[in-house]
Amino acid sequence: MANSFDVIILGGGPAGYVAAIRSAQLGMSTALVEKDKLGGVCVNIGCIPTKALLHSAYIARLLSNAKEFGVEAGSVKTDYGVAMQRSRRVSDQNSKGVEFLMKKHKVTVARGAGMLQPGRKVKVGSDVLEAKQAVLIATGSRVKGLPQIGLEINKTTVISSDEALLLEKAPPSLAVIGAGAVGMEFADIFHAFGTKITLIEALPRILPLEDAEASDTLARSYRKRGIEVIVGAKVKKGTAGKDKVALEVEAGGATQKIEVAAVLMAAGRAVNTEGIGLAECGVQVTDRGFIKVDATLQTTAPGYYAIGDVAGPPMLAHKGSREGVFVTELLAGKQPHPIKYDNVPSVTYCHPEVASIGLTEDQCKERKLDYVAGRFPFSANGRARGSGETEGFVKILRDKRYGEILGAHIVGAHASELIHELAVARENEYTVEEVELAIHAHPTMSEAVAEAALDSLGRVLNI
Amino acid sequence: MEALSPTMEEGRVVKWHKRDGDPVKAGETLAEVETDKAVMDLVARADGVLRQVAAAEGQTVPVGSVVAVIAAPGEPVRAAPPPSSPPPPAPASRPTAAPAGSPVATPAAADAARVKASPLARRMAREAGVDLKLVTGSGPGGRVVRKDLESASAMPLPVAPPSEPAPAPRPPVVVTQAGAGYEDVPLTQIRKTIAKRLATSLGPVPHFFLTTEVDMERAGEARDALNQSLGERGSVSFNDIILKATALALVQHRACNAWFQDDHIRYWNDVHLGMAVAVEDGLITPVIRNADRKSLAELGKAAKDLADKARSRRLQPNEYTGSTFSVSNLGMFDIDEFTAVINPPEAGIIAVGSIGQKPTVVSGLVTPRRRMRITMSCDHRVIDGATGAAFLRTLKQMLENPLAMLL
Repeated sequence: MANSFDVIILGGGPAGYVAAIRSAQLGMSTALVEKDKLGGVCVNIGCIPTKALLHSAYIARLLSNAKEFGVEAGSVKTDYGVAMQRSRRVSDQNSKGVEFLMKKHKVTVARGAGMLQPGRKVKVGSDVLEAKQAVLIATGSRVKGLPQIGLEINKTTVISSDEALLLEKAPPSLAVIGAGAVGMEFADIFHAFGTKITLIEALPRILPLEDAEASDTLARSYRKRGIEVIVGAKVKKGTAGKDKVALEVEAGGATQKIEVAAVLMAAGRAVNTEGIGLAECGVQVTDRGFIKVDATLQTTAPGYYAIGDVAGPPMLAHKGSREGVFVTELLAGKQPHPIKYDNVPSVTYCHPEVASIGLTEDQCKERKLDYVAGRFPFSANGRARGSGETEGFVKILRDKRYGEILGAHIVGAHASELIHELAVARENEYTVEEVELAIHAHPTMSEAVAEAALDSLGRVLNI
Repeated sequence: MEALSPTMEEGRVVKWHKRDGDPVKAGETLAEVETDKAVMDLVARADGVLRQVAAAEGQTVPVGSVVAVIAAPGEPVRAAPPPSSPPPPAPASRPTAAPAGSPVATPAAADAARVKASPLARRMAREAGVDLKLVTGSGPGGRVVRKDLESASAMPLPVAPPSEPAPAPRPPVVVTQAGAGYEDVPLTQIRKTIAKRLATSLGPVPHFFLTTEVDMERAGEARDALNQSLGERGSVSFNDIILKATALALVQHRACNAWFQDDHIRYWNDVHLGMAVAVEDGLITPVIRNADRKSLAELGKAAKDLADKARSRRLQPNEYTGSTFSVSNLGMFDIDEFTAVINPPEAGIIAVGSIGQKPTVVSGLVTPRRRMRITMSCDHRVIDGATGAAFLRTLKQMLENPLAMLL
């Protein structure tokens, strides 16, 4: 194996492997260093397997309510182990897919932990690879626990999403600490598999980064389903036993003791910046621990770039992939379209789904923007009624003067798919009027998007 | 019709150099075209035979329309649409038969008629009254996006604006209604540009004005002495001395040699001096590049050449764009003092009045001295009162003691 490449990428997750494909497409010789399975957290212990499990949860819920639709499914039995096995097969297929893509594009995959060295070199085992153009750092992130209150991840009773994805059966009870995307999704999954869920969030509302109306809708939906939701809560102490965990949770001025079979830590992620030789190469990190980058994603060491989670928030696969494409195009001498970080869609795949882009209404208020909110509930949408998925709404925040789409928020079935109409609109600077002018097929959930645009213009039709 | 200058929207065919049926070679001048700023050459982009001359001399046609077709010898040519119609989507002749058969209008020129802009940018431009054609797009394929419009008010516009009212023009076409108490004069290309550009200066740019009176007695002596020693080899004018002093003063006061650029100020290291020149039916500001590094004689020659070119409308776009500061002199019209309009994105301009004898107190005695008033217009976003005053004081000192320019 020749050890000299144009581009070397450290980390085979969605930022790294997409960068590798684009780099190879642009005619640069490319090496990808990965110590584990290709595809990273996303494919193996993140996005992909959770979506498989969420679909299992969806089916369980669907069958439980099927009688109303004229379908008798008998008593519905669930088996988390089977669902988990299926999710593993999906992950493995995707990881093999990435392997195939690397072969197809003639990307050299170096297996092992990579260590950066000065002079654009990466040491993998006894090999030293050398990059003629650039080294891309795409080492990603991992789950983190809260050791300071006794909740260090022990992989049995105090677990992270990594372990949750590999459980053979659903625990009888589970406290989920952190109601961001990960916490929301696992609460949804395990609840459908019969686990008694307590969802604990430190901030005043669940999904704290989403629009307050989205948070409220989800909190109502979860509570109605029997999930206990505690917000503005501080976990003062956690005592992990052999087969149970005792929690002391303070919320609303009172302290309550909760005993659960397991605790799932979903309170943030830590970036993987240790032990990869950053300091030795002059790559600096920010106060928050991310790698310091400039507008071209180059680090403080010339020739070393950072992409994906290590390069800073939002820590999302699609943001990392775009950064990978951006940097490799830059290296190939192209002028890539600049990344608009305020235009990265955010999606939580719980039921109902939550998807958003741009500013929340609170942010519009904080920035003292002159805006108009347009709303349309799915309860008034024919297609949603037909499929019994009337929870949620589309909300569009538009600039009062020019009609610019400042933010869009969708809660409901298929919100993750519906948001992209508004992503296209925002990226191309369409106003609400262009969105409304496009003819939307009837009956579709997408009509709610057009109606919300119309509502923001004071011309809503079907409500 | 090619876009021969950055702001050209239409061009008037002044004179055809080739006739229908003439053989032409790529690079040869086909016709002279009057644009918004100058008379320029329209050159052949391919070898062949000139056919289908569709625009008559004196006719004004929009950029992108076909004015003629270059065909291969003997190639049949289909009738071209009249030049005033929108540009045709396809060349009137075989496009694949290049070089023969290429239309005179290049595809790029045809595209120039259509501005790519996002719907949001269009709406913002409409409300702000900004002409999208004057805005450089930074989006994909040069698409004008929101960001470009936010900086449009301060962007370096591609053509020099007028600096003050021009001497009364002689209108080329006058429509006089019999018995009417008025006459309607269509705007010429240059006046259209002046109108468009003027509105981007005095309105949006916060002007303030500083006036000083300069004793020109010693500058006059210096001029006479220099002209005596130059003899046959040339001459130095007061204007040349003023240009030179301005350039040198700007080197000392870089804060005034600047462009306002929306989110930043660009301080120029070199001095490119704009010089307002009255031309028939308007005015234009040709640019003396690196004026600070030119000797007085070189500067005088450059100023004269540019003024001559401006009057005969032979300036190339690079000769009237990119100035960092401007000078407008109406002394020859016996104007005592006046205020000039800033040429954006520049931050300042000086308006120079006439030089006249005035009773002046020198060493306690009233003596006649040659005096001149200079008024500086400043963009307050870049130059503060004291900054402008300090520059003006240096300029005054240099003019009152021309030897200081040698330092």
